[in-house]
Amino acid sequence: MSFNHEHLLGIQNLTPSDILTILDTAESMYEISTREVKKVPTLRGKTIINLFFEPSTRTRSSFELAAKRLSADIINFSQSVSSVVKGESLKDTVLNLEAMNPDAIIIRHASSGAPYYISTFCRSHVLNAGDGFHEHPTQALLDAFTIRQVKKRIEGLKIVIAGDILHSRVARSNIFCLNRLGAQVVLSGPPPLLPPEFEKFGVEVEYDFDKACKSADVIMMLRIQLERQQRNYFPSLREYRNLYSLTRRRFRQAKRSAIIMHPGPINRGVEISADMADSVKSVILRQVENGIAVRMAILYLLLGGKEREPSA
Amino acid sequence: MSLLLKNGRVVDPATETDETLDILIDRGKFIEIKPRIQAQATKIIDVSRHVVAPGFIDMHTHLRDPGQEDKETIQTGSAAAAKGGFTSIACMPNTSPVNDHRGVTEYIISEARKRAMINVFSIAAVTKSQGGEQLTDMGDLAEAGAVAFSDDGFPVKTSEVMRRALEYAEQLGKLIIDHCEDKTLTQDGVMHEGYYSYLFGLKGMPASAEEIIVARDLILAEKAEARIHIAHISVKGAVDLIREAKRKKAHHQR
Repeated sequence: MSFNHEHLLGIQNLTPSDILTILDTAESMYEISTREVKKVPTLRGKTIINLFFEPSTRTRSSFELAAKRLSADIINFSQSVSSVVKGESLKDTVLNLEAMNPDAIIIRHASSGAPYYISTFCRSHVLNAGDGFHEHPTQALLDAFTIRQVKKRIEGLKIVIAGDILHSRVARSNIFCLNRLGAQVVLSGPPPLLPPEFEKFGVEVEYDFDKACKSADVIMMLRIQLERQQRNYFPSLREYRNLYSLTRRRFRQAKRSAIIMHPGPINRGVEISADMADSVKSVILRQVENGIAVRMAILYLLLGGKEREPSA
Repeated sequence: MSLLLKNGRVVDPATETDETLDILIDRGKFIEIKPRIQAQATKIIDVSRHVVAPGFIDMHTHLRDPGQEDKETIQTGSAAAAKGGFTSIACMPNTSPVNDHRGVTEYIISEARKRAMINVFSIAAVTKSQGGEQLTDMGDLAEAGAVAFSDDGFPVKTSEVMRRALEYAEQLGKLIIDHCEDKTLTQDGVMHEGYYSYLFGLKGMPASAEEIIVARDLILAEKAEARIHIAHISVKGAVDLIREAKRKKAHHQR
């Protein structure tokens, strides 16, 4: 197994074999979280900074626990209590944190490309925890891990991703990831939130959500942001729910063995009905659980073993 | 005081010249342009491996003066132009205050006379404060020296204001310059909308935002029989629209 990357900026930079390396490593990490003592010394002495410029529940705490279970030291930095509110630029903020000699910086930022930008001057490993509408690679990896765990394979599966594709970094990373692993990816959502050009990414676009669900193996719902309504991306929540909510009736179109996924946070009764979110077919909480194993794997592959070279 | 430029590559599109020539200048006048001039001159400059061309014209500059002298002044902007070979520039009206009344136009022209080493032409606003609603006193501004009218970064908002502006400016023999962008379609945009904006997750601006306003302006200009200049075209559809409008006009004049 080899993983020759300095940073994890997006799925776009990974090959199918890189992805499989991460998923296979995550299999062995998964077991650690089931032990009585959930800790191994693998990354003892490593320092990691969680640099979140946007709110987050799952991703931030998942990275934090992943780091702690590998015995790394991790600190949390959030925009509201930092000098960013005093007008410090992203570059200066990162340079100052770097002066404290961390080994990795995990960054979430509202601007697409922010992780790439800081990687151009950072000595630390940079991990993208979500940038604008661009990518959210660890989410896609934990989704792939979950699908593989339940379905035992990814190749050949019909996977529907539905909702606000245009503004979703989760959708982009999942498209790139599932494509590389050989799945049949079908996108669905209101036309203003799903430009037909997305077909150029090698996926199918089906605006009729009922049709899209037909004989699906996986249905992945995306959170709809209520403020999109103000810009007329869809006319009203009622209309959105009528056409694109995952309901029991729609779910019946899928295969009997189909599963329901959602990256969270969910809007119950909007993109997914409450009974579907809580049904036995839903693996939403398993996604959260697996997130730790996948992030442990990534931290291990980037920080573990090899000595860091001095920066160029 | 005479000056001899030796061995320059002389490029002049107006006379379709592109060859190595010498140029003799005396007291600001061109005396002779031909190969290997044998003449005495006060100063001789060897310009081999350089291009000698008539002064360039930049009809879309921002001199920020008056009001934003921290960014640029008439003196620094015109000096930069001269350094790059531009001997005439026209400056947009987005100053503070906006160049929408005689006082500002007169200030720019007199300041340029005092401090610029090149020709500076003033473009005044189409509407007061570039606000898109009330036309400026175009006749007064033209008399003060404005050569054209533009709301610069703001497209003239409504079709009605654009129509009136074209009718009025044409009668004064002046040009309207429009920045063609339907801002309702480009809000928050940072790049061309298409495959790459979707790939990078950046907010795109559709080509139609430019095409719509170009089409509107061309239709109104044709109706008013007025001249218009479309600033910085960036999409193919706009080029097609302009080509078609020119073809139609040529057809009418035949």
